[in-house]
Amino acid sequence: MQFLSYLISGISLGSVYALIALGYTMVYGIAKMLNFAHGDIIMIGSYVIFFAFGSFGWNPVVSVLFAMAVCTVLGVTIERVAYRPLREAPSLAVLITAIGVSYLLQQVAQLLWKSDPKSFTSIVTAAGLKPLALFEGQLVISAETIVTIIACVIIMAALTLFVNKTVPGHAMLAVSEDRGAAQLMGVNVNATIALTFAIGSALAAIAGALLCSSYPSLSPTTGAMPGIKAFVAAVFGGIGSIPGAFLGGILLGVIENLSKAYISTQLSDAIVFLVLVVVLIVKPTGLLGKKVNVKV
Amino acid sequence: MALTRLKHMKKTTRSNLITFGIVIVFYLVVEALMAGGLTSSSFEGQLVPICAYVVLAISLNLTVGFLGELSLGHAGFMSVGAFAGVLLWTVLGKTLPAYVALPLAFLAGGLVAGIFGVIVGVPVLRLSGDYLAIVTLAFGEIIKNIINACYLGYDENGLHFSLTDAASMGLAPDGTTLINGAMGITRITKASTFTMGIALVLITLVVILNLIHSRTGRAVMAIRDNEIAAQSVGVDLTRYKLTAFVISAVFAGFAGVLYALNYSSLVARRFDYNTSIQILVFVVLGGMGNIRGSIIAAALLTVLPEMLRGMDDYRMLIYAIVLIVMMIFNQSPQIVAWRKRVAARFTRKKGAPAPQKEVA
Amino acid sequence: MKKLMSAVLAGAMMLSLAACGSTADTTQSTSGSEAATGETTASATPIKLGGIGPVTGGNAQYGTAVQNGEQLAVDEINAAAGYTVFELQFEDDESDPETAVNAYNALKDWGMQVLLGAVTSDPSLNVASECVNDNMFMLTPSASAEDVALTGPNVFQMCFTDPNQGKTSAQYIADNNLGTNIGIIYDSSDPYSTGIYTAFVATAGELGLNIVAQPSFTADNKSDLSTQVAQCQDAGADLVFLPIYYNEASQILIAANSRGYTPTFFGCDGMDGILGVEGFDTSLANGLMMLCPFSAFGDDETTTTFVSAYEAAFDSTPNQFAADAYDCVYAIYQCVQDGTINGDMSASDMCDALVEAFGTMSFSGTTGENQTWDENGMISKEPKVYQIQDDAYVLVGEE
Repeated sequence: MQFLSYLISGISLGSVYALIALGYTMVYGIAKMLNFAHGDIIMIGSYVIFFAFGSFGWNPVVSVLFAMAVCTVLGVTIERVAYRPLREAPSLAVLITAIGVSYLLQQVAQLLWKSDPKSFTSIVTAAGLKPLALFEGQLVISAETIVTIIACVIIMAALTLFVNKTVPGHAMLAVSEDRGAAQLMGVNVNATIALTFAIGSALAAIAGALLCSSYPSLSPTTGAMPGIKAFVAAVFGGIGSIPGAFLGGILLGVIENLSKAYISTQLSDAIVFLVLVVVLIVKPTGLLGKKVNVKV
Repeated sequence: MALTRLKHMKKTTRSNLITFGIVIVFYLVVEALMAGGLTSSSFEGQLVPICAYVVLAISLNLTVGFLGELSLGHAGFMSVGAFAGVLLWTVLGKTLPAYVALPLAFLAGGLVAGIFGVIVGVPVLRLSGDYLAIVTLAFGEIIKNIINACYLGYDENGLHFSLTDAASMGLAPDGTTLINGAMGITRITKASTFTMGIALVLITLVVILNLIHSRTGRAVMAIRDNEIAAQSVGVDLTRYKLTAFVISAVFAGFAGVLYALNYSSLVARRFDYNTSIQILVFVVLGGMGNIRGSIIAAALLTVLPEMLRGMDDYRMLIYAIVLIVMMIFNQSPQIVAWRKRVAARFTRKKGAPAPQKEVA
Repeated sequence: MKKLMSAVLAGAMMLSLAACGSTADTTQSTSGSEAATGETTASATPIKLGGIGPVTGGNAQYGTAVQNGEQLAVDEINAAAGYTVFELQFEDDESDPETAVNAYNALKDWGMQVLLGAVTSDPSLNVASECVNDNMFMLTPSASAEDVALTGPNVFQMCFTDPNQGKTSAQYIADNNLGTNIGIIYDSSDPYSTGIYTAFVATAGELGLNIVAQPSFTADNKSDLSTQVAQCQDAGADLVFLPIYYNEASQILIAANSRGYTPTFFGCDGMDGILGVEGFDTSLANGLMMLCPFSAFGDDETTTTFVSAYEAAFDSTPNQFAADAYDCVYAIYQCVQDGTINGDMSASDMCDALVEAFGTMSFSGTTGENQTWDENGMISKEPKVYQIQDDAYVLVGEE
């Protein structure tokens, strides 16, 4: 029973990582760039919800939709201003710019909303959802965990459908496969990548809502560490792969929490990273990553 | 006479001499200014960190610029080097004269960082691209977490070690704690000087520039440009990749010792992935494969946040904006082309030839 | 042409150096005459106070509180005196040991005479060793690691040391039989938290307290603290000791609440501020006890004046960081009023005078009455234990 309870809190943490990792992997798969600022877009989204819902008393669903809109605009703007000029530059240049954007968003948040951490009221419980009690209440699964997992599954399915069944989705696949060839075939590469960022950022807002509902401390640096962990999760699962991001996230959360519970809390991060290293050495493209054949 | 000789020199040799020249002139000018009492404490305080970051940037450039592999764990090597060097310095510094103990501390730092370079490099270099990047990041974080949880001390019964807390180390009451977990190493006798820093920069330059222009260096760059082609002409991938990676780690270790001996306390969380990224920023901004660029970028970006102190609350905001703008200005193909056009127009007016492409 | 230029430049430099020398002479002579009369006139030279702390980055909330506390005290003193007694310059260190030294050097260039900082432990350790080298008086409001004060004779603390807090907490819990099975949740990556933890465990062992669980977290994995709460719950802890800051503590209280776990929670001075966390359901903190020298709910005059002035100026309730910082400025001011120091002294002379004064003086402020410092520069003050009852701190015990 104790083990199950630790496992569930691990899945709960993992589902949050998975949700963030979905946004990461989406942008990486198509734009081929590591968007280090993804965690900070999550933070901005969380603040928007905090004020919309907590201060102005908006409906939780409306608050989240509003945050999605704000993040979409923000994501597309960042892409247009900071990333697009570097589309043809070495990939490292974009990486560094993304880090710059990450610093920038944290600083802006601090100037706007001060550094004092805020306690986020769970939008899930506010929406009237109740935790699930099993075995006569000996095992409780929080409503946030259930919602996060359901959200992950829905988003995963929706993304897969969107990419495989719609015209803009096909354009994304084409861009991810070969940007130059896609352009020649009449795909508008810039618009496709902008759309990718729009979707990724909207997902970030949802991730922010659920991250802060489960772990209610909100400050300008809230997004940084979960962002890095989610990035690890995305690589763990095979970066670019949508089900891989989900699997990687859940596994990462479970490993982190079980090692906290049974091995050592001080070393739990070291253990998580060690497992990652071992997995990548055995399977160099992550759990569900595609093997890329290199041609000369 | 000397000038004409300089003109007839090989282009790379001349470029290297200019790089050395910049470092030496910088040293002489700063020393002269300091002797004249014309420098501020703020500037003097940054000289050793600048040297350490320059060494880190040059050494990371070897991995990123010349080997072409993205490493996000350079601070991890810096960390193990720093801890090894400082431990040796704390233990030996009391008994041996400084001119013996200090070089030993540096050697220990470099050696331990090098060993970690091998441990990390052997599995990691089988991967490529972003997977390699994430594994180096993971190693950096593992090192940070382990040292942060590490308690080490000695008493008359010998060494005591624990990864849990100070009490479980079982140290006698009169024992000495060397590493105190999250507190790290405290009360270090500071030993780093600007002269030492410049000496280390020059040593790093000599070794790495020679390496790049040697047979090994050409093999490393061949791997970067086309791994399969390099392999097909008989370049031993593992050997050359590992050589470059380990040398890069060794110098990160030296830089770690220099950095750590500049302060009275040393904590592992100072060397997290943010520090690795900071060093990577120097390399990318200075130009991958451009040693001189690394030096200048490291020095400028170390001083920049301090120069922005007058901005108060907006200091780090402006730093972030400057970083983004510099990246776009330096790397965006359109802007680089535009800059070349403008530069060409200006230089042509003066009757000089069009500017040459930057070389390492 | 070049030679001429350099000659002119050199000449100009000589002149300016000579000018500097002469002004220095005059200031010295005036300071001498003033010291002779022993009076501080309304036109006395301001004393330059430097402050260092994180105002950006992950620990910015603590640095900002200290900056506000110091600024408030300086403004009050200047307004009351009718002339500029103190000038305050506060520099950001991002809670980074390297940047802290840079901030210190920048302050030295500005002409700092007394340092009131740094805020967090690692930066303070580095800055303390610089202060010892330069013989600069350092009074830190909140860096509570023992090693900070032990760095040298001119480094003083306004806050309790970590081991002291851990020891006193264990003593209080044992004396009042607050719990039989004790759980501890601490931050193993933070010197403050591990410092208290280590001393608490040692004292608890001497006093025969039964520690049943001691999970920790690190700065990197603190987003989920529910596992640590579950570990304490599963071990049957009826008292959970939290030597951590209020932000993480608020997360622990929320996690415990969602698990229906209701032990007695006991914290240290880092807990102060928990009622001020925006959006936090403060009813969860009901019954929380803490060992803290300061309470914004205190009814003595010093505290009420400070709290209302702080709320008016910064629109938030001050926590113990702000209170300690506020007290730092007033402790220095006490020495100004005694005539121990004045703005014309060099930083080094001022340091010697202050070290001597702090060794004998007794100071009363918002964080305690009759506080004194020992030869190491560590403070001795009355620890107080507060309990949160209906959104207010109630004093429940004095050790």
